[in-house]
Parts: sequence; C-alpha cells; structure tokens
Amino acid sequence: MRDVAVIGASMTKFGQREEWLQELLAQAGIDCLQDGNVAPKEIEHLYVSNMASGEFEGQTGASNALAHDLGVLPAFTQRVDQTSSSGGAGIYTAWQSIASGTSDMTLLVGGEKMTHRSTPETTDIIASVTHPAEYKHGVTLPSFAGLTARLYLDTYDAPRESLATVAVKNHRNGVNNPHAQFQKEVDTETVLESPIVADPLRLYDFCPITDGSSALLFCPLEDAAQYTDNYVSIAGIGGATDTHVVHERTDPTTMGGVVESGQQAYEMSGYYPEDIDVAELHDMFTILEFLQSEGLGFFEPGQAWKATQNGETASDGQLPINTSGGLKSKGHPLGATGVAQGYEIYQQLTDDAGPRQVEADVGLACNVGGFGNCVTTVIMEDER
Amino acid sequence: MTERNALTATRYEDGSISYPGHPVGANGSEPVDTIDLSEQTATVVTWTTSTATPPGVREPNHLAIVEFEIDGQSVRAIGQLTSDGVEIGDSVRPVYTEQLREPGAGIREPESQSWDGYRFEPVE
Repeated sequence: MRDVAVIGASMTKFGQREEWLQELLAQAGIDCLQDGNVAPKEIEHLYVSNMASGEFEGQTGASNALAHDLGVLPAFTQRVDQTSSSGGAGIYTAWQSIASGTSDMTLLVGGEKMTHRSTPETTDIIASVTHPAEYKHGVTLPSFAGLTARLYLDTYDAPRESLATVAVKNHRNGVNNPHAQFQKEVDTETVLESPIVADPLRLYDFCPITDGSSALLFCPLEDAAQYTDNYVSIAGIGGATDTHVVHERTDPTTMGGVVESGQQAYEMSGYYPEDIDVAELHDMFTILEFLQSEGLGFFEPGQAWKATQNGETASDGQLPINTSGGLKSKGHPLGATGVAQGYEIYQQLTDDAGPRQVEADVGLACNVGGFGNCVTTVIMEDER
Repeated sequence: MTERNALTATRYEDGSISYPGHPVGANGSEPVDTIDLSEQTATVVTWTTSTATPPGVREPNHLAIVEFEIDGQSVRAIGQLTSDGVEIGDSVRPVYTEQLREPGAGIREPESQSWDGYRFEPVE
C-alpha cells in the first residue's frame, strides 16, 4: 500500500449561492488543480461527493458532467454518496485509489446546492435517510439531536448552557473564515433565547442550510514534492457504520461509528488522541461536537461539556476544535462538508489558515452521515 | 393490519430481540419469532418536541424513545407522543393511530411504506 499525500485544496464561499451544483463543483475543482499545480490531463480518477443532487435540483450524473467541464477526460469518475458523510467517504475513496496504485493523481470535489428549497423540504430530503419506522413518525435529524441532547444533559448532569458554548465558540472561529456562511459572533443569550427547534435545542444549536463546494487533490507521497512544497500526508484513515435505526443503539449518547473509525485511524497512523493538534468535527448540531470529541477519545464520556466550557477546545485552547467555524458557522452543504473539513486541516498543517492559524503538525477530521450512521475519520500530518 | 405496520418486535435465533425487525439479527442469527409490543407499557428513555417539521407532519411533533422490557431484555422503539408533558422515566402505553403523517406530502413514495402505527400515551 502506498503512502498518500494531499497536494492541493480549495473551497468556494459557503452560503446562499446563485450558482447551481455543476458550476459550484467546477469552481472548486479548477481552483484545486491550480492550487496543486496539476494539469487537468494528469487526473486519472475524479470523485464527486454529493448526497442528493437529483432530489434537490433534478441533476444526476454530476461526476461525468464535472469530468467534462474540468477537461479531465477520459479519467475514471464516480459519485460518492454517504449522506452527510459523502465528503469523508470521498476522502476515503480517493485515498484508496492512490494507496492501491490504481490512480497516480486523484481529484475529489464535494458539493451540494440546497438553499433554493424551503426548510421543510430540505429537512425532509435529509430525513429520507431514516428507517420507515422512524420516517412515518416525522422523525428528522434535528429531532434525533433533541432526543440525544436531552439524554446527554440528563445522564451527565450537564447544563443547557454548555451546548450554547459550542455555538458561541464556533461562530467566533467563523468570523476569521472568509469562506464561512456566517462571519458573525453570537453570544450565549442569543443562543438560549433563539426559537426552539427540537427541545431542548434551539435555532442556534443547528447548522444552516448551505450551498457550496470544496476539493482536495491526492497523489503518492513520493511524488508530492514534484508539484508543491505545501503537502500533507494521510497518516491514518478509518470508516465505519452504526445502526440505521438510531434507537437500537445500546447507548444513544455513544456514536459507535465515530469510536470505530477513530480507532482505525489512530491505529493506522500510530497517533493517539493526545497527539492531535487540531480537529474538525461534524457539529451539524451542537450536541454532536460533545459526542464526537468523546468518541474520538479527546475527553472521557460525559466530560466534553466541561472541557468546552473551560475553553480547552477554543482556538487558543489545548485542542482547538472547528477552527473553521465548523458546520455551525461555516455551513453544511452536505456533500462538500467532509471535503471542507479536510481543506481546513490542510490549511492548518501548511500554515495557510491566516487569522485562524494554530500550532499544528497533526490534524484530524471526523465526518458524520445520518445521525452517526456512517462515519469517516482521517488524520493528516505535515510532511514539509 | 400487516405485520409491518404493527408494533411488532422480532426475536432472533440467538435470543436477541429488535424493533423494528431485520432480515438478519445483530449477531448474524435468523429471525424466528415476533412479539407484539402494542399491549405492553414502556418507559421513556428521552423525548423532544420538534417544531420544525417536514411536509405532512403535525407541528409541534412530540417524540420519544421508549424502552420495553421483554423476557428480561430491553427493546426500544421511537414514536410520537400523544401529548407533551412527559419526563424521562415516565411510563407510556401504545395507542393505535391510523395515520401518523400525511402520505405523499413528503419525499417518500406513499406506497413504499405504511403510515399507521402507535403513538405513546402517558400512563397515569
């Protein structure tokens, strides 16, 4: 198995965009090729992470369309759909293509166009991931978050305010991210007084609906220096699943897919949770940042809320989490999200994160699909 | 009422039970029996009230994960509550409802699944 490098990264502005998916994908793809100093004809594999372009805008076959638009023909291409974790699954697929020797240059582009749909429509498209026994009750992803948040707060005697701390922190980080959907701070009172969406969670506990695209460029580690001085390696990667039916999990506050994929990534990399310098977690809902940081071993079960309140996960803390602003502030264009998490870790490890920059040689990204149904965790390392 | 839209758990060859049932159990064993949960009481594990509901779903939508005790095993289910005002640990019982949400209003094909089922009502 070959060692794999990331030699380029890009992302569009996230938010409400006029462009449709194909144009967003092309923007990120072109920028990424330029960032990695790679000509289109060098691309052997092109993967497109996308959850629901057919459902959102009636556009299918996005990967072939992008291959044509980017001039990478006759590259092999494939769409990667793993709901909200399509981006992470795309990183896994792109890594496989290089590690296996099947491709010597792979471009991954993730994207989603969502904001033209109403909130109820979008909620329903995303909720279509649920089992029929859940769907007929009107169960949505936000309602899973409300159910889990209540249980977490009750089990660990955590205050409601601790969840607001996640939103406040990530919005603060997002101020320094020019690609973020919201570049504005919010205070705890604003979070706690916002409208209830899924009790006890309120509007500011949830990420927005977003359009956007992001891309990463992969090649064998031994070839990376031919293209750029700014490259990182995939030190470890893992992918795992948990139950489709959420209530069948033994402990609803433990995300089994996060635990398993994290263990795989740690084992492959030789790193431990305490070795991680910066992390991007899937804070689609504030409660998920607690569950993932515990599942990845950053904190013991029931301790993440205390660590967050103590500032340990702030940009100047012991382990900065979501320096990009996270899904909460940056936005969550489903298929782009996992790729954009990789973009942020790449920027941090290559000292190119501008005002968001933290001291980091090893970074981790954890991308969650459904409500922890499918998870990819990747650990990247500075190779310069 | 078909088995699919009843509140029916599945017992597997290794003795494990799940709701809903699956073609293969968690440990790889085959389904051997069904268990009707509709006459049992359950305990509320957690609950929420959703106010941002998708098309065809009542608003607000009170939901709970509940836990049944069957032959010494816990079996969980998720479902709508008949009302708010429940707390973790409260007892509830299933109440049959012909239509839990409006078929066809959402993205899922109406014929692809059943739309009746059981809400959970607090037991005094």
